[in-house]
Amino acid sequence: MVERGRMGRFLIRRIFGVVVALVVASGVIFLCLEIVPGDPAAYMLGVNARPDTLAALRAELGLDGTALQRYLSWVSGMLRGDFGVSYTYRTPVSGMIYDRMWVSLPLALYALGLSVIIAFPAGIFAASRRGSAGDLGVMGVTQLGVAVPNFWFAMLMVVLFAIKLRWFPAGGFAGWDKGFWAGMKSLTLPAVALALPQASILTRVMRSALLDVLGEDFIRTARAKGGSRGRVLWAHGLRNALIPVLTIIGLQFSFLLAGGIIIENVFYLPGLGRLVFQAISSRDLIVVESVVMLLVFAVIAVNFAVDLAYGLVDPRLRGRR
Amino acid sequence: MRGLWLGIALVVLFAGAALVSFFWVPYDIAQLKIAEKLQGPSWAHWLGTDHFGRDILSMIMLGARTSIAVALVAVGIGMGFGVPLGLLAAARRGGWIDELVMRGNDLIFAFPSLLIAILITAIFGASAVNAIVAIGIFNIPVFARLVRGGALGLWARDYILSARVAGKGQARISVEHILPNLANLLIVQGTIQFSLGILAEAGLSYVGLGAQPPVPSWGRMLADSQTMISFAPHLALFPGMAILLTVLGLNLLGDGLRDVMDPRVRRGAR
Repeated sequence: MVERGRMGRFLIRRIFGVVVALVVASGVIFLCLEIVPGDPAAYMLGVNARPDTLAALRAELGLDGTALQRYLSWVSGMLRGDFGVSYTYRTPVSGMIYDRMWVSLPLALYALGLSVIIAFPAGIFAASRRGSAGDLGVMGVTQLGVAVPNFWFAMLMVVLFAIKLRWFPAGGFAGWDKGFWAGMKSLTLPAVALALPQASILTRVMRSALLDVLGEDFIRTARAKGGSRGRVLWAHGLRNALIPVLTIIGLQFSFLLAGGIIIENVFYLPGLGRLVFQAISSRDLIVVESVVMLLVFAVIAVNFAVDLAYGLVDPRLRGRR
Repeated sequence: MRGLWLGIALVVLFAGAALVSFFWVPYDIAQLKIAEKLQGPSWAHWLGTDHFGRDILSMIMLGARTSIAVALVAVGIGMGFGVPLGLLAAARRGGWIDELVMRGNDLIFAFPSLLIAILITAIFGASAVNAIVAIGIFNIPVFARLVRGGALGLWARDYILSARVAGKGQARISVEHILPNLANLLIVQGTIQFSLGILAEAGLSYVGLGAQPPVPSWGRMLADSQTMISFAPHLALFPGMAILLTVLGLNLLGDGLRDVMDPRVRRGAR
């Protein structure tokens, strides 16, 4: 019962933290765009607009009222899934975001999957053969992987795999209606480019977490009791090394969502990143505001999920902040 | 140790190129020579020329200046705000100032640095200064956390207690006794943030949110090269190599310094 009360308090504390973070973040984003000079309605109608049309448009866009009223209507709209109307296209922002999500989210997940698939074996390999040529090789490659600008790596891959070998498209998105594999094919080069630095970081974290755990007393005990090297590594080492690895995976997901913004531009993918840049160049600030808020929400939500996962994996952490 | 020396060599090479560019570059890049456009590497142009006939080596030297300046000032902003905040939070551990500083840090971490940059440029327009501010803001919590964590451990030490007994105030102890003991940590973290700053600046100027023409920048050279990559790949190759080698050099330098300054770190453990 004591256990349950602690878990309950842990949960309440975390949820409260998430709500505060969301309120402050939305406030900061709103204030940022509040200080932008210029009136979107005047921008849309041009210099010759009549005052009454201007007033009507301002009302339609929800631009009249005090700042607090507009903030509250923005937030309450978002809670209902209504992100307002794009200044440029006059269509609901939620629809635009929804369409782009089907590119950006699979891209981030694909890259995260690749990062994990590469990093786990590489990190385990390097840790289990510490100091060997194989370990040095893996560490050398990760050193390069962390230093490569991923958009440049993406350009090099386009030259090799799209222009020379013609295995993958150089850019654009086939669309999921052309079938799952066609969609995945257009996302493969971007996902590899996004995953490379993340996989390098994760490999290093995996390796050093494993090495830390393998130096612990209970590993020696397990070995002394007759467990083979491999069995002890898998059964005792890996499980205990997972906590730092999990943290990094959580952090990486948010980096991948945001980092996708640049990679999407390399490959002309119609994702959230392209949407944001088009919106910036046409001063369509409500779109910028909504996409940024959505990404911040995703980051906060993922970190919350990772926190919960810790609590489940390691009961010792429940009491701590 | 070999890593450290390679790191020093690379950093000296690019910092040197940036310094030399203040006095001399092989060719004047303000002059466009269309007749010499898109040449491959040669004795006259070591790294070739771009679509306007400008010398790539000269542009990379000038670009080094932009990258290093942006990243350096961004680290300066991060340290300038982060270090005092971290010291303050540690001195008032558990108090409302500590709570405020740490929660503020959490909030900045919830915004991926790229998003901050996008917000700032959406509002104030794209420029090198705004790129510096965007990268710098993200550096603040990094240093604040590092300093708070390090300082908390130091406050429990006996010599700090002696200083308190001698009547020194919290501010004086923080500056005279805590800060010097954190210098190693700060140098190592500063090097790492410097390399991240170079990468971030390259990314921002690649998407057009960093330094604006005519200021040369590695990121924008890559963006410009993209449409010509199928027939002039050298345009994309060299600026990218410059970014890669600078960042690699700084990372090796940071890792090497950590090993030298902290003998407890087992060799090759990390």
